[in-house]
Amino acid sequence: MIIEFGHFALILALLVAVVQVVLPMAGASLKDERMMRVAEPAAVSQFILLAIAFVALMHAYVTSDFSVANVAENSHSTKPLIYKMAGVWGNHEGSMLLWVLILALFGAAVALFGTNLPPTLRARVLSVQASIAVAFLLFSILTSNPFLRLVPAPSDGRGLNPILQDPALAFHPPFLYTGYVGFSIAFSFAIAALIEGRIDAAWARWVRPWTLAAWMFLTIGISMGSWWAYYELGWGGWWFWDPVENASFMPWLAGTALLHSALVMEKREALKVWTVLLAILTFSLSLMGTFIVRSGVLTSVHSFAVDPARGVFILAILILFTGGGLALFALRASEMQTGGIFQPISREGSLVLNNLLLVTATATVLVGTLYPMALEGLTGEKISVGPPFFDSTFGPLMIPLLLALPIGPMLAWKRGDLAGVMQRLAFAVLAAIIAIVATYAVGHRGPWLAPFGIGLGVYVMMGAIAEWASRIKLAQAPVSESIRRARNLPRSAYGTLLAHFGVGMLVVGIIATSAYREEHILVMKPGQTLSVAGYDVKFAGFESGRGPNYREDFADFDVARSGASIGRLRPSKRLYDAPPQPTTEAGIHASWRGDLYLVIGDSQPDGGYAVRAYFNPLVRFIWLGTLIMFLGGGISLSDRRLRIGVPAGRGRRAIAVPAE
Amino acid sequence: MTRKQKRGVLIGGGVATLAVALILVLFALKDSVVFFHTPSDIAEKGVPSGQRIRLGGLVENGSVVREGTTIKFKVTDTLKEIPVTFTGVLPDLFREGQGVVAEGVLDGDGDFKADSVLAKHDENYMPREVANALEERGVKLGSGAHPSGAKTETP
Repeated sequence: MIIEFGHFALILALLVAVVQVVLPMAGASLKDERMMRVAEPAAVSQFILLAIAFVALMHAYVTSDFSVANVAENSHSTKPLIYKMAGVWGNHEGSMLLWVLILALFGAAVALFGTNLPPTLRARVLSVQASIAVAFLLFSILTSNPFLRLVPAPSDGRGLNPILQDPALAFHPPFLYTGYVGFSIAFSFAIAALIEGRIDAAWARWVRPWTLAAWMFLTIGISMGSWWAYYELGWGGWWFWDPVENASFMPWLAGTALLHSALVMEKREALKVWTVLLAILTFSLSLMGTFIVRSGVLTSVHSFAVDPARGVFILAILILFTGGGLALFALRASEMQTGGIFQPISREGSLVLNNLLLVTATATVLVGTLYPMALEGLTGEKISVGPPFFDSTFGPLMIPLLLALPIGPMLAWKRGDLAGVMQRLAFAVLAAIIAIVATYAVGHRGPWLAPFGIGLGVYVMMGAIAEWASRIKLAQAPVSESIRRARNLPRSAYGTLLAHFGVGMLVVGIIATSAYREEHILVMKPGQTLSVAGYDVKFAGFESGRGPNYREDFADFDVARSGASIGRLRPSKRLYDAPPQPTTEAGIHASWRGDLYLVIGDSQPDGGYAVRAYFNPLVRFIWLGTLIMFLGGGISLSDRRLRIGVPAGRGRRAIAVPAE
Repeated sequence: MTRKQKRGVLIGGGVATLAVALILVLFALKDSVVFFHTPSDIAEKGVPSGQRIRLGGLVENGSVVREGTTIKFKVTDTLKEIPVTFTGVLPDLFREGQGVVAEGVLDGDGDFKADSVLAKHDENYMPREVANALEERGVKLGSGAHPSGAKTETP
């Protein structure tokens, strides 16, 4: 009964979304306030209906109602509760329901918190947002309906893929989706502005907080996914340039560019046309990511052609919104006034460089992701484009970006003084040189370029601090004056500081762990000791245990460093009951220096075990860096919210807002 | 600088960046793309030794020999077979009679030196390249081994 209720709510949400597309848009053209006002209650009720549908499905999972096909195919009665709940989005149909739920969440948020928007713009934004919802609700109901019944109901379900049975499943997909579905708001704003035919600095001021929120969640979502892959897959790798990863990384790159270009537009009224285009492209990449992950094109280009319902449907959505958006852009963009003149060496100039490099980097990732699919589709030739491709295309493009990163925020708007900036960055450059020399002294094994990579990361980190130091006149003014200035700096300045500092940390972590990783593969027998990166790892013995729905064989390793015991690591192999599939669990000892990472393999005829031991130096910097970027975004957002209602001096914000 | 010159700098910078990226992409596509072959492909077309490829097929029953951390096995598409040597820890899902993809190079004697072995697959224990390739060759697979229907998706 509850499941039918959820099914009904899903269909009702579609009808509400249709109304939300038509009436507000018509009302905005006819200047009919009553029709425009339909948008807000429609957006909110659409969200509530989808929340009901979502809770209904989750109820079926929690109560193990195997008469629901989706539950029978993806759940099992012995699965722990957390995986029953998170299992809702651990499959195609459920994750599409989460997708539309988050889409509706953003729409409802604009309806509730966007009260300072001009009414016609708000009506149009919500209308465009609802049109995306209509497309995906149709997709969900017609091709991926999670509420279909199964007759007769099986006695138990098929179970969830054991690799997904991890606490990270509860957090990673919702954060990731909040991120890349969140860019839909930027898209809706762009389309609404193109329909209005008018765009100004105020537009950027409205769009930026939404884009920033989406970017934050995408950042942390991708980072969590990387961490999950790192500890779960047992390969010690944290990024594989897999199409599924690229699907969320491309919107992140474009979204990062969008954040920066919207800044120029907000402050200087320049790059207007470009920013609108970027908003369309960013969400288009989100749609493409959805297509790549959800259409079955990854499983095989051929199976996509054999069972085309889903794939063709999403492809149609992708073409409709991307093509429609770009066509509208082509028609209307020329009418928009360009503004804000600036010299190449200026804050604007540096942000243009940022955009140029980020967008080009996005394009290289796009080529590397789509080329194998296109080639297989066209010629039948099967190829794989792996990390070497991305290392030699994406990598080089990041170097100028990182070199310019600390310089940009120090340049003045309109006309900057590069020599003056370099003077203020002397400290960061010095720190980088010290880091390069120190890395050469310590890590003599790695590739010769690696120390420069570390130096680059340190330069970015210290550059962020140098910018802050120069703004508060640290060591140039009395301490009390510096403290006063530090207090008066807007929160967005601290947000930038943290986000840029986090990028530097991320770079240091990536380079250190890629270039200086230590790897041992050997056969060990109980009692034997292995020495890895200063740790003594002694194989103590074996133990078997049982988890809630699996059998587990542990290998116990006693770890000591220069004689002092650190503790016991217990890498293991699990065999799940349903589906009967093995997984490898790594034993990890984390420290600032890096991670000691142990995995066990096959048993040998002579009683030994294959053991893989890694030392991944500074690998935690990768996730810590992204966490700091996320926090930076949050601090910046808290600043924006305070200022969001304040009328802007320059923007044409003085449009009459009717009393509500 | 005049407005025109500024626009020139902007456009010049954009074109230069795109040109550099294009060159990087073309070189990378030439050098770092790895082709997928089955043992029969190699027997028919011939793959020069030393070229990096992905070899896909089934692990031949009874062919797995472990010598410490070095593992030897044969990859077959039921028509032809290639001996493979790999040093390391095999993935959880590696087993005899199941699909596998090995990446590495052929040496002069026709032996395959793998540096990575993947057994990433759907619930039917069949990597999709392998299933597709075997179907193209007309090899009968069990009803469970059809290439469609990947359940091991990451959300």
